[in-house]
Amino acid sequence: MTDTTQEAPTNKVITSSFLQKAVAFVVLIILLAFFSIFAPNFAAWSNMVNIMQATAVNGVLGVAVTFVIISGGIDLSVGTMMTLTAVISGLILTNLGMPLPVGIAGAIAFGGFMGSLSGVAVAKLKIPPFIATLGMMQIARGLALVFSGAKPIYFNSTPNYGLLSPESSISLLIPGLEMPNSVFIMFGVAILASIVLNRSILGRYIFALGSNEEAARLSGVVVDKWKIITYGISGMICGVAGLLVSSRLNSAQPALGLGYELDAIAAVVIGGTSLAGGRGTVMGTIIGAFIMSVLTNGLRVMGVQEEWKIVVTGLIIIVAVYIDIVLRKQS
Amino acid sequence: MSIAAESNKGSVLIEAQGIDKAFPGVKALSQAQIKVHAGEVVALMGENGAGKSTLMKILTGVYQPDAGTVSVGGKPVTLPDPRTAQALGIGIIHQELFLMNDLTAAQNIYIGREPRKAFGMFVDEDRMNADAAKIFARMKVDIDPKVEVGKLTVARQQLVEIAKALSYNSKILIMDEPTSALNEAEVAHLFAIIDDLKAQGVGIVYITHKMDEVKRIADDIVIMRDGQYIDTLPAATTTIGEVISAMVGRDLIDTSRAHGQGSDEIALKVTNLNAGRAVQNVNFTLNKGEILGFAGLMGAGRTEVARAIFGADPVDSGRIEVHGKAVDIKSPRDAVQLGIAYLSEDRKHFGLVTGMSVRDNITMPSWERFTSNGVFMRDADLGSIAKEYVEKLKVKTPTVDQETRLLSGGNQQKVVIAKWLLRDCDILIFDEPTRGIDIGAKAEIYKLLQGLADEGKAIIVISSELPEVLKLSHRIVVMCEGRITGELEGKTATQEAIMTLATQRVEAAE
Repeated sequence: MTDTTQEAPTNKVITSSFLQKAVAFVVLIILLAFFSIFAPNFAAWSNMVNIMQATAVNGVLGVAVTFVIISGGIDLSVGTMMTLTAVISGLILTNLGMPLPVGIAGAIAFGGFMGSLSGVAVAKLKIPPFIATLGMMQIARGLALVFSGAKPIYFNSTPNYGLLSPESSISLLIPGLEMPNSVFIMFGVAILASIVLNRSILGRYIFALGSNEEAARLSGVVVDKWKIITYGISGMICGVAGLLVSSRLNSAQPALGLGYELDAIAAVVIGGTSLAGGRGTVMGTIIGAFIMSVLTNGLRVMGVQEEWKIVVTGLIIIVAVYIDIVLRKQS
Repeated sequence: MSIAAESNKGSVLIEAQGIDKAFPGVKALSQAQIKVHAGEVVALMGENGAGKSTLMKILTGVYQPDAGTVSVGGKPVTLPDPRTAQALGIGIIHQELFLMNDLTAAQNIYIGREPRKAFGMFVDEDRMNADAAKIFARMKVDIDPKVEVGKLTVARQQLVEIAKALSYNSKILIMDEPTSALNEAEVAHLFAIIDDLKAQGVGIVYITHKMDEVKRIADDIVIMRDGQYIDTLPAATTTIGEVISAMVGRDLIDTSRAHGQGSDEIALKVTNLNAGRAVQNVNFTLNKGEILGFAGLMGAGRTEVARAIFGADPVDSGRIEVHGKAVDIKSPRDAVQLGIAYLSEDRKHFGLVTGMSVRDNITMPSWERFTSNGVFMRDADLGSIAKEYVEKLKVKTPTVDQETRLLSGGNQQKVVIAKWLLRDCDILIFDEPTRGIDIGAKAEIYKLLQGLADEGKAIIVISSELPEVLKLSHRIVVMCEGRITGELEGKTATQEAIMTLATQRVEAAE
């Protein structure tokens, strides 16, 4: 009898996903250093605050897509879903005159409802996620225009609404620290999402689905249920993004939203989450979103034509995925 | 083999010697060899996992050997990729067809090397169709080169694959279980084509499990076992028994049979189960503490029976009773809640989430029991319970955080067993429990299964390896073409008795 079982390799703490997140972080530091040296006033605190504020919406949408992508799907509807939920909060607060908390809860709940409809299309009707959420992207975009009469809804009856996102509530606690609430909301969403993904049973199922859906099903996992919940959570997080964006503009702009989904997916990919599913981190996505806004801001401060940022973002996506492929091959 | 016999044959077309090949965790080939002469059919036989496919993949440039030489027409060659092998005249017809259904027969045959016209800008469809027609004529088949492949029967698709292999002017054709999807008439036609090819001096390697086919078309039988070359036997004078004993290698497997007796308490009763074409009117009972073997040829419907009971595939009709109560199983989840587990033959795709840790795989079916407030995972508890099972089943892994893809086949199987034991499953359906597992680890799995039966678990073992079925089973159910054709007592059953039942309906049709 021969036992050819190899000595199993020692446990690798450094996973490829961790590695790429580290790579993304290093890229972010390099970009910050580069612009600090070559762009005048880039490193000013007020500019840093600008960057963080500009990251908030994309970061939150990126977190929404991260859930779906790790589960092995994709969500193209996050941009227009954000707009639709903003319109919903406008309807609740301005047209119905309800109190602020109802508007906030309504927007998030409605996002969750619409997201879970995408989930039903994917899980029950077996429509590929790309198609199901492409459909939902248009449905949400259309509904936002229909509900609003294709006109912006202003939050005139809720004067505090416009302060939600840009106000620096932290200054009340720590005088002198100016940091818009939107930044804290983004980090709050990210931390909460991280806990859900890494600590909760839902998170565990999301990783299992993305790694091997059939094996999970044959282990007795109710795959459909968890998929629907995953898309529902993505929709709820879009609701948070809707609040952020409409608060900053002090209005729900129904024509907004198209194209945001691609920026969000870009942030996810740059942050090291695999489009094949089963691997990824929320913090990587946040770093990815920061890389994109640092580029935008840095190039603008340097006086480079702003559109170059789009070109550079495209390059970074390709490089990021290439790094993922190389790391995957090694492991 | 005598020198006299050698001299009667055509020239040596291809010869492989001393081939070694190792994969992580498994030594797939060790000093393997094969030789094919012009105009000769060499049947390559061996149990699953004997290394037949690996050896063929080396001959076709898919894998690179760790050691050994391959020579074509007497000259040593290296085969870095499939393209080089094709250029040297080595063609292969895979068991699964690799055709593009929406393209025509001719387009499939000449894919990637279409004849061009108009300075190479356009495909010369006329010439391509004419060339394909010539090959079909040589094979004496009447397939229209312009027909979409998806519209052909499986048998005719296979003929397109053969035509494709011949279009490379292949001198050596490898056929991997080419008859697994063919009926009798189609098999006869295929054999007529093989005879023609032989007459034209083509050498053929024919991989099969079916003895009657070997008798009909093979000149020599090359036997492999555990990655090693065992023997070359002349097909004409060798008996089935000799081939089987060479394939099985009695010296390596402890054939001593299990065991005490199962109890009389029925754990699972299946009555008139029908599911698609693969499961027809299946009846059997499984007792507590019993190992029930399911024997049969590939495609006999054994896996389909298991998947239907487990709720993985839909059931058309039939009654299933678990511990005396009629049940309605609509999904794997229902089955698991009734304590039924299915351990797939394809562990990497269906048994494990290979990218996740040993801990997560062992605990996956039980996650809901390891939460606080139904929301957060109690990871420390998961870790300690997984560790407990790793120690109990002697899974070789540095820690429970190791990704399961890094374990060897035997240890992966133990992880799958552990996950169902932790979930308190007491009806365990094993589909090819030792496929892809080293011989040493096999014995361990056998011991594990016997121990589980002794503890009172009700166990079904589906296996294509007869010695395995004979060694483990208290009773043996034999299936053929979706039906149960007989039941044997484990203690008195023989390989011959099983094979007779497993081929019963095929012979009746002849």
